[in-house]
Amino acid sequence: MLDIKNLHVKLEEEDKQILKGVDLTVEAGKVHAIMGPNGSGKSTLSYVLSGRDGYEVTDGTATLNGEDLLEMEPEERAAAGVFLAFQYPVEIPGVGNMTFLRTAVNAQRKARGQDELSAADFLKEVRAKAKALKIDADMLKRPVNVGFSGGEKKRNEILQMAMLEPKMCILDETDSGLDVDAMKLVSEGVNALRDEGRGFLVITHYQRLLDHIKPDVVHIMADGRIVKSGGPELALEVEHNGYADILAEVN
Amino acid sequence: MALPQAKQTATDERLATLNMPDAGCTRKAREAALARVCEMGLPGRRDEYWKYTQPDTLVSADAPFAALFHNDEPPMFDEFDRLKIVFIDGVFSPEDSDELAMDGVSIDRLEDICCKDIHWAKELYGVLEANGQNPVQRPLAALNTAFASDGVAIHVTGKPAKPISLIYRHASETSDAILHHVVRVESGAEVTILENGPAASRFNKCMEIDIADGGTLHHIRAQGRDHQRRAATHMFTRMGTESVYKSFTLTVNGVLTRNEQVVELTGDDAVAHVAGACVGDGEFHHDDTVFVTHDAVNCESRQVFKKVLRNGATGVFQGKILVKEGAQKTDGYQISQSLLLDEDSQFLAKPELEIYADDVACSHGSTSGAIDETALFYLRSRGVSVREATNMLTLAFLAEAVQEVEDEALAEVIVTRLQDWLARRR
Ligand SMILES: Nc1ncnc2c1ncn2[C@@H]1O[C@H](COP(=O)(O)OP(=O)(O)OP(=O)(O)O)[C@@H](O)[C@H]1O
Ligand SMILES: [Mg+2]
Repeated sequence: MLDIKNLHVKLEEEDKQILKGVDLTVEAGKVHAIMGPNGSGKSTLSYVLSGRDGYEVTDGTATLNGEDLLEMEPEERAAAGVFLAFQYPVEIPGVGNMTFLRTAVNAQRKARGQDELSAADFLKEVRAKAKALKIDADMLKRPVNVGFSGGEKKRNEILQMAMLEPKMCILDETDSGLDVDAMKLVSEGVNALRDEGRGFLVITHYQRLLDHIKPDVVHIMADGRIVKSGGPELALEVEHNGYADILAEVN
Repeated sequence: MALPQAKQTATDERLATLNMPDAGCTRKAREAALARVCEMGLPGRRDEYWKYTQPDTLVSADAPFAALFHNDEPPMFDEFDRLKIVFIDGVFSPEDSDELAMDGVSIDRLEDICCKDIHWAKELYGVLEANGQNPVQRPLAALNTAFASDGVAIHVTGKPAKPISLIYRHASETSDAILHHVVRVESGAEVTILENGPAASRFNKCMEIDIADGGTLHHIRAQGRDHQRRAATHMFTRMGTESVYKSFTLTVNGVLTRNEQVVELTGDDAVAHVAGACVGDGEFHHDDTVFVTHDAVNCESRQVFKKVLRNGATGVFQGKILVKEGAQKTDGYQISQSLLLDEDSQFLAKPELEIYADDVACSHGSTSGAIDETALFYLRSRGVSVREATNMLTLAFLAEAVQEVEDEALAEVIVTRLQDWLARRR
């Protein structure tokens, strides 16, 4: 589904290479986790896949079901099925959360040639999904992420994902800032979306999240590359021993 | 002291084109105003108060040509039940207006007042304007007092059921209109005054508003969309104890607009909010010049001005809060912000605070910036197109000003107009 080959990325503004040949394939129906030390390039990878400005791809490819992602505008990637749950969700004063969600849902439906959701249907769906994530009505009315706690912002990301039903879900440290109960809610939200046609790329530092969202494959990223891949046991190894052994082994 | 030669000439040339109408009980005020004009001279490029806005075309002997704006959108406020008072190129039109009668208010034409020797408006006409010449001169307002050819006197004694709507139509491409209104809101009375339309090719409007103790005035104005029209407006407001004044101005298009608001809080516990949202393209030049004086205890004032500028448009804000000695517990707030949608547009701001009391809370801020790239990416990453995302962020930027409009239905039509503007161009 998601195919990344030999991806090299540098910053546009500076002469700094961040991704140095990433190879990664996420199959439909699978959950892949990426772990790796701070600054290794995990968020950069997620931004490059979703089309943020400021990065220059110097080599390699990234495709979603054969379509070249790197050629598309961010909104086209979203319509093609890419979704990024941000490590740091953005606050947007003056734009209501509800308005934002409805605009996004309808923009994507339109891009795919579907009819807009009626106001009533939309409302019904949002309410049900928000309730499952314990997001109250007040939070839906407030401006996007403004004044939300860290955990509330993360839950709001998952609500957006649930509404947009993307094919390729990229979660960048969605577990950080979540309390134990919220972690369960969010994981349930993610697990509810797991199906044959959908792939997940879950970036995390902790095994804890992976207890709830069971990965099929775990990758270790270091210095802009995937240096090791394995099964769920790889995450446990990191949890117990840190990265030192793995990094020593690959070097 | 003699005026500089250029100013003297410009003033003489302008005065030569004007005739003082039959003045009746306003004669004294008009003559005094003319004397002020002669003493001050009309604004020139070198005047400090006109540093960012060139007054030439507002002062010139004849009004510059301004094409009429045609489109199929209904005029602003059309859907509201209101008492309509229509002026075409600055001339009252009885056929287009409603009967000037409603419970809780009495309305007279300036022309009728001028035939009388005694009228309440005599106590107001030119009085607040004259007061407002200090400490900063406003010669175009004095010119208006001297030569206004039409206008209304609105006396609010109760709570009229409908808003009073001043509608200014533009019919001639070279019209030059001078209108002067006076408004008195009596103790405990409350009214909404709407204004809309381009009025003329060149429009000089002055409104003097006296709000007695406990009176409330909501003022909502939408300036006409004719691209080439010019306007210089002055609103002078004097506020009594526990009075409330809420003013909001929407400006879409217009080659030149200078809106001066002079507010004097003279009674304790009064509340004044003056706000504006403007959006402009290309040759658009928009200037908000505001002067709020706190001269009583425990008053609140808020100035909220937002400007969206693109394709080389210019926005100006000059805003001052003056807190006089003894005006303790003043709560003064002022924010002016511009959103520049490209690098050709510019915003010039001069925010000022002058405080002579020690127990006050005053803050002001002015910013100018482009669309927030991070927010834009966030919206786009959810599938919203660049254009729609930009529009959403632009409306969000304007929201703080539009929120000053208390009536939800009115706020909604304002938002709709802003959305139309965003959709129309680029
Ligand atoms: N816009 C930028 N300007 C300068 N440096 C940047 C920029 N974006 C990324 N970097 C650098 O690139 C490297 C990779 O950053 P990235 O955010 O991708 O790391 P990460 O693996 O997500 O780390 P963390 O686990 O701390 O979230 C870091 O050294 C970071 O400082
Ligand atoms: Mg990161």
